[in-house]
Amino acid sequence: MDAISLDPNVHVMESKDLDFYYGDSQALFGVSMKIPRNYVTALIGPSGCGKSTYLRCLNRMNDLIDRSRMVGSISFGGEEINDPALDVFRLRQKVGMVFQKYNPFPKSIYENVIYGLRIAGIKSKSILDETVERSLQRAALWDEVKDRLNGTALGLSGGQMQRLCIARAIANNPEVLLMDEPASALDPRSTARIEELITELRGKYTIVIVTHNMQQATRVSDFTGYFYEGVLKEHGTTEQIFTNPKEKHTEDYISGRFG
Amino acid sequence: MDNSNSETINIHAHRSYWKLGEPMVWLSGAALASILAIAVILVFVIISNGLGVFWPSPVARISLLDGGSTIGELTQRQQKRDTGAWRQQIKTGNRDFNSLDFRWIEDSDIKKITYPANIIALERMEFGNFYGFLREVNTPSGQFSKDLNSQFEKQFHFIAEEMEKLEDMEDDISSLSNDMESLRLKKQKLEYHGVASGSPELAKVQAEHARLQQEFEELLIKQSNEINRLRAYTATFEDISGKTKSIPFLDIVRYYYPNTMSFFQKVGFYIEKLWELLAEEPREANTEGGLFPAIFGTVLMVIIMSFLSFPLGVITAIYMGEYAKDGVVNRMVHIAVHNLAGIPSIVYGVFGLGFFVYGIGGTIDTLFFPERLPTPTFGSGGILWASLTLGLLTVPVVIVATEEALSAVPKSVKEGSLALGATKFQTLIRVILPMASPGIMTGFILAIARAAGEVAPLMITGVVKLAPTLALDSSFPYLHLERKFMHLGFHIYDVGFQSPNVEAAKPMVFVTTFLLVMIVMVMSSLAIVLRNRLKERYTITGF
Ligand SMILES: Nc1ncnc2c1ncn2[C@@H]1O[C@H](COP(=O)(O)OP(=O)(O)OP(=O)(O)O)[C@@H](O)[C@H]1O
Ligand SMILES: [Mg+2]
Repeated sequence: MDAISLDPNVHVMESKDLDFYYGDSQALFGVSMKIPRNYVTALIGPSGCGKSTYLRCLNRMNDLIDRSRMVGSISFGGEEINDPALDVFRLRQKVGMVFQKYNPFPKSIYENVIYGLRIAGIKSKSILDETVERSLQRAALWDEVKDRLNGTALGLSGGQMQRLCIARAIANNPEVLLMDEPASALDPRSTARIEELITELRGKYTIVIVTHNMQQATRVSDFTGYFYEGVLKEHGTTEQIFTNPKEKHTEDYISGRFG
Repeated sequence: MDNSNSETINIHAHRSYWKLGEPMVWLSGAALASILAIAVILVFVIISNGLGVFWPSPVARISLLDGGSTIGELTQRQQKRDTGAWRQQIKTGNRDFNSLDFRWIEDSDIKKITYPANIIALERMEFGNFYGFLREVNTPSGQFSKDLNSQFEKQFHFIAEEMEKLEDMEDDISSLSNDMESLRLKKQKLEYHGVASGSPELAKVQAEHARLQQEFEELLIKQSNEINRLRAYTATFEDISGKTKSIPFLDIVRYYYPNTMSFFQKVGFYIEKLWELLAEEPREANTEGGLFPAIFGTVLMVIIMSFLSFPLGVITAIYMGEYAKDGVVNRMVHIAVHNLAGIPSIVYGVFGLGFFVYGIGGTIDTLFFPERLPTPTFGSGGILWASLTLGLLTVPVVIVATEEALSAVPKSVKEGSLALGATKFQTLIRVILPMASPGIMTGFILAIARAAGEVAPLMITGVVKLAPTLALDSSFPYLHLERKFMHLGFHIYDVGFQSPNVEAAKPMVFVTTFLLVMIVMVMSSLAIVLRNRLKERYTITGF
């Protein structure tokens, strides 16, 4: 692992006083959070507390929702992204996303991986081939699919499809990977593979992962943010949050007393 | 205790019977079965009435008790309501002698029915079938009354070959007359634009026209000489009553000996008739001969219709489904489109007449063909206007199907594309449309089926009972969209209900219906095969 780039004081993204509204109902209240470069940050909290909403603010996916509104600031590499003039398509190439439900396209495995490159207009066969191999290798899928790259992606197992979606995001060479409960639709073995994968990707990409699984958070993440009713209640290193939470609320949640 | 226990069980059993919905399952099963039965009966009725037509039936000789006799095909039997007596319908043919093709004879009047081997049946260019006996073959080189059947066959084939040459001549004549017509239009145009009558341009056209005119007249004379020569080849026939008639070979389309044909000869005859149906032109006010122009018109119309209806429908649905903001206007448009699908088709026909034919067609005429006015070019019904009218009629079908297909594409896949940096348009082209394509194809299939079967709007926008020329031919610009055309659906109506000889036309009605059903089925099967391919490729399993 590339240890040189690991410095918890270097932040790739940072939100300041972020409020978010779905129509008239407010879903996030003044969330300020720094996301350290090349570390894994976990977002935890009870259902409906705004984890997904926050995650989708980071690549402006919430733009798609009618009558939604984001107030406050998010910077990405020093650039403000809560700005109507921003090129969101470039932002989304740099801040990739993996969804709870694997969503491969009805195309071949190869075409799935290079989807982002095709969108960006890259045509060189050698670049495409090389990207496919590198991305699938990083997503720990290469060995399983290298003989059927032109076969349909819809024939893969659930766990393989999810890793394909991760490979697809990696192929864009993003700086940040947002993952919204990436393993919650998978069986324990596939979940373990995804967790291994996240551990391997740590240090190469900044990962923000939403999870309901406390063990998962402790296994894969370096930092943890605890959300409650749209508020970031507590944020710190995973070790600190899980062994020595400052807030009583956090302690109650991680010890399973509610949520 | 015992008692209450059994009661509980009873109640339980009773409720589960209804809860399981057993009666509903039966009911829906029965509904499905009856719909299937109706479909099967429909196809069966059409096929049994339509496909039997070409099978050569034997020709009977019926001796009557009063001493007379008649010959013809036995067609149907009927019981009289008052007396309960049976009567037999006979297709006697020989319209030139009897004036009617059909005759009813009471069973009680019949003495004997036989099938003489020497009866010959003729299909003729006019006056329908002839049934009778061959007596003589006459050629310019002599008369034959011995070895008649083989002589007849020899002369028939000789004339058939000669007739092919005649047809070539006919083609030359019609292409000449086409050329003359375009020269005439050119001259008209020049005059309209005020070219002086002595100008060299005009003189050239006139000279050319005169040259063609001469060539044309020579050919006509040659043709009529040729026809006169061939008309001298005749055969003399005798009908049952002993009347004789001499018929030129030129007028005989086909002959057969119905009572001595072997099974394979019958099969051959049947195939020949089927081929005639598909490939030849109609004869005798459409009641005989082929349906090729009508088949051609139907298919061409559906194809032209598709070029309007499919792109327009799909693009509209994409805008409504993916781009338009949900609001009052969008919802009203939505409702309007759904209602459009329910408007009676004749209303579209009237609209097509007013808008396309008189409006657009009339404007084209005044702008581009003013010299021909008041003779309309595009300003009267034609295949283009009829197709466009049907296009409008089927657009709502395509829109509704496409909208449904688009909204069935999982949101997660759209988001997956957007999250990789794709724009909405890229997502539409690369992901949404391919995934929606099977559903869109379903809309196409419905539209094709509806368009191929519609008749009412065509009747006022360009269909005719007999079109002199196809909309596609070898004279420039090859595709003549302003021309009138024939259509199978209209053909059914015309032959079955407008023809002077309804009884004789009845088989043609069923045959034409069968063909129409076949064409719709073939076209939609092609689309269904395509749809299933797309489905295999783009259906997401495991979601
Ligand atoms: N598209 C939407 N329109 C309106 N309200 C929404 C929308 N999406 C989420 N919300 C609301 O915003 C709040 C936060 O939702 P969010 O999905 O961010 O929660 P979450 O923490 O991800 O929950 P979970 O763990 O169940 O995924 C909830 O009250 C939810 O009902
Ligand atoms: Mg969520």
